[in-house]
Amino acid sequence: MSILYLAHTDDNGSLPKAALEALTAAQKLAADLGRPLKIGLLGADVQQAAQSIGGCNAEAFFSVSGEAFGPSRYSTDAAACAALCSAAEAGIVIAPATLRLARCLPGTAYRLGGRIDTNITALDAADGQPLPTRWYYRQRMSGQVQRDTQSFSGPWILTLAPGCAAPAECPGQAAPQAVDVPLDGLTRTTVTGVKQPNVDAQTIRPDADLLLVAGAGWTKKQNDGQAHVKEAGELLLDFLGKTKSSLGSSKSLVDLGSEGQDVLDFLTHLHQVGQTGSTPRHPKGLATCCHGEEPHVVGWRFINERRAVNLDAGCGWAHGKADVLYVADAFDVMKKVNELLGK
Amino acid sequence: MSYHIVVCGSIVPDPLQTLTPVDGPQGPALKNEMMLPAVLDPWAGHALYEAANLAARHADCRVWLVSLGPKAKLQQVMMAVAQKAPFELVAVDGPASGFTDSFAVAEALAEAIEGIADLDRDKLLLFGGWQSASRGAGSTIQMVAERLGIVDQFQGVDQLNITDNGLEVLERIEGGSWLTSTVQGAPAAFGWATGELPEPPNNPQVGMMNMKTIMPALQKAKPAALGNGFGVNNVSLPQVVRETRVVKDMPVDDIARELVDWIQG
Ligand SMILES: Cc1cc2nc3c(=O)[nH]c(=O)nc-3n(C[C@H](O)[C@H](O)[C@H](O)COP(=O)(O)OP(=O)(O)OC[C@H]3O[C@@H](n4cnc5c(N)ncnc54)[C@H](O)[C@@H]3O)c2cc1C
Repeated sequence: MSILYLAHTDDNGSLPKAALEALTAAQKLAADLGRPLKIGLLGADVQQAAQSIGGCNAEAFFSVSGEAFGPSRYSTDAAACAALCSAAEAGIVIAPATLRLARCLPGTAYRLGGRIDTNITALDAADGQPLPTRWYYRQRMSGQVQRDTQSFSGPWILTLAPGCAAPAECPGQAAPQAVDVPLDGLTRTTVTGVKQPNVDAQTIRPDADLLLVAGAGWTKKQNDGQAHVKEAGELLLDFLGKTKSSLGSSKSLVDLGSEGQDVLDFLTHLHQVGQTGSTPRHPKGLATCCHGEEPHVVGWRFINERRAVNLDAGCGWAHGKADVLYVADAFDVMKKVNELLGK
Repeated sequence: MSYHIVVCGSIVPDPLQTLTPVDGPQGPALKNEMMLPAVLDPWAGHALYEAANLAARHADCRVWLVSLGPKAKLQQVMMAVAQKAPFELVAVDGPASGFTDSFAVAEALAEAIEGIADLDRDKLLLFGGWQSASRGAGSTIQMVAERLGIVDQFQGVDQLNITDNGLEVLERIEGGSWLTSTVQGAPAAFGWATGELPEPPNNPQVGMMNMKTIMPALQKAKPAALGNGFGVNNVSLPQVVRETRVVKDMPVDDIARELVDWIQG
């Protein structure tokens, strides 16, 4: 049984970074298990993507392409991925855990009588089988999944979390074999577009070096007995503009909006980091006016260097969660930081 | 148009608790798992509140909450959840652990949904959280929906509007944006992210009404067979503790300089 590497193109027709990382993992697994590697690509036009990895030593390339497969849509994506798995006679499938594939691959696995394990952070091999590691309880503990592959008939699909392998670099010629997917009954959903904040307001930057996290403290009454929400917003946006870092938030801060409080209007639930938010990946993170409670800090699992500014020397960050805690007023500190950055 | 909304949602340990893995007779478990205070899985909770809100705005809708968990724990959590929104409970007795296979859980949930006598599948909107706070796999809803023959599915949903053109959906995508789509109508499946609604305040009247179906549902809860051929090994806590340097009494200018050096370094 072969190992199928499955990926989709992005809007420009190339492979997203997470896809190139997953290819590295697939190549390694194929080598570890001594099984042939095959490639399955999905998108409106996959030619450019195929050429970008043509030298990956795959035994075969398959593709599902055409206009209907351009946008990310469950019905067409699940059908396309199932067709690619069947064409490649895949026993194991490795794919990036992009939101597009995260949505459709569980259904694909089910349809084919297979199984899926998602958001893998390390992929080893033992006893002729994959041995994937993943997180449980929102990054609180990790474990290795073991499956008896005799107990099901379809492929074992594994999605690799972004940032867990080096991106593959293996351009070369490739001529994927087209796999046909009938569209009957698959177009009840129409993708109408993308809603995004305008360029100035876009403060989520997954590739930024630094994550700046704002906590509810920014909206709380300060020493003078007043809240200074407007000033807080200006300080944060000034910093983000100067450093092009990505903005995260605590739950308490984004929730204030729905509780009718005066809030930072550029924040949405998409900024929320933590247990019920995101787990972004950045080399550095700076927490400001945020208490560092466990449900928040589990979202910092993939932030390497961590610093925090808080008035409270006993806040959560002090208890082994940050590398440095500055016990200080974040309004004063960030104002000065912005001044220095502007020089 | 009326809808039959089925929300899949289980219980998880209260996020404020410390979780420690232990080896149990059936594989990994949490230390004192049955004693840990539990809550409705947060994203499934959002799905439930969105379902109740949608049902309140359209005539003849019904909302079921299908929940797989240990009966006794489900009962405790339902006492609180019952006060939040009107629903009919369908309970399945089994582990709510994160160390179970989402495939097996999906089969158990789908079987329970197939057993709902009054459910009109043409009106079905399948709801759930887009990830659990236990397994965090983001794969259960898709598999339940597949078994029920639903091929219009959405994940990371933050908004669902019912319009004359159909159901308009906002789904989270990479980089802080949303994908916008329209599906012609039910049946469809939605794995909710945070949605748009705050947690509803407690409503004792709704609670009393819900309890009428909750207690019988718990009594009737069938045990789930979660299959075999799956296990999680070597469960361990990461080495999280850092040596925090706590900097007190440093002048603001120096802190700012140190931070800027660090940011630019
Ligand atoms: C089911 C559940 C899920 C949850 N999920 C999440 C999640 O995903 N993400 C999340 O973030 N939280 C989550 N929480 C909430 C979490 O437990 C905390 O309540 C939350 O993170 C606190 O946010 P905060 O630190 O911004 O606010 P607060 O706790 O209000 O802390 C504000 C901080 O600001 C500091 N401060 C105030 N003024 C200044 C100043 N001028 N300079 C410096 N510091 C200042 C204060 O000292 C204080 O430490 C969850 C909770 C539950 C129960």
